Amino acid sequence: MSRKINIVCVSGTHEKLQMAAMFASVAIATGDTVTVFFSMNALTYFIKGNTTSVPTEGEFGKLLSQKGVPPFKQLFQQAHELGDAELLPCSMAIDLLKITKDDLDPEFGPPTGLTHFLSHSEGGDLLTF
Amino acid sequence: MSETKIIDACNTYCPGPLMELISYMKQAEVGDILELLSTDEGTAGDVPEWVNKIGHEMVSSEKVGEIWHIKVRKTK
Repeated sequence: MSRKINIVCVSGTHEKLQMAAMFASVAIATGDTVTVFFSMNALTYFIKGNTTSVPTEGEFGKLLSQKGVPPFKQLFQQAHELGDAELLPCSMAIDLLKITKDDLDPEFGPPTGLTHFLSHSEGGDLLTF
Repeated sequence: MSETKIIDACNTYCPGPLMELISYMKQAEVGDILELLSTDEGTAGDVPEWVNKIGHEMVSSEKVGEIWHIKVRKTK
């Protein structure tokens, strides 16, 4: 049976973004419906042209940079392309960063407020990173 | 006519091999067999789980040396 998985990304560290991307891609692969809501430090890595390297929380984060570990951006992109995972930017973060949807990677959906997201995610599982 | 396609996902880590398999599965024809090569131990457990959930057919899974050879037939 298909589940409804809702993921909230607020942290801008490699470990948390990687784990969120892994959940999103594997959940999509197993037929679940996935929505990912990006806000605060997590959103900035999805601004077009941002090549800032993502900081790590600890030693494990350094291992994630080695060859063979799928980059988190690629996993989110695959989740979107393979199973229509919705990648939604937080409207508050969009406002504070003084950007628009067009400044984000093309997989991103419309700026979304918390009220809409909470309503949209009702009845599903919620994972926060 | 069905084909066997080999997907070399050695030296990539979870969920890389599974995602590789799924990408190729999308392009394959029903009846085709995909043979996934992986050095990631978790893949040996995850792929059969995924195959079972989605409804494809596990053909075989064996470890030869350090490499898992996991064969899956596309059924739909």
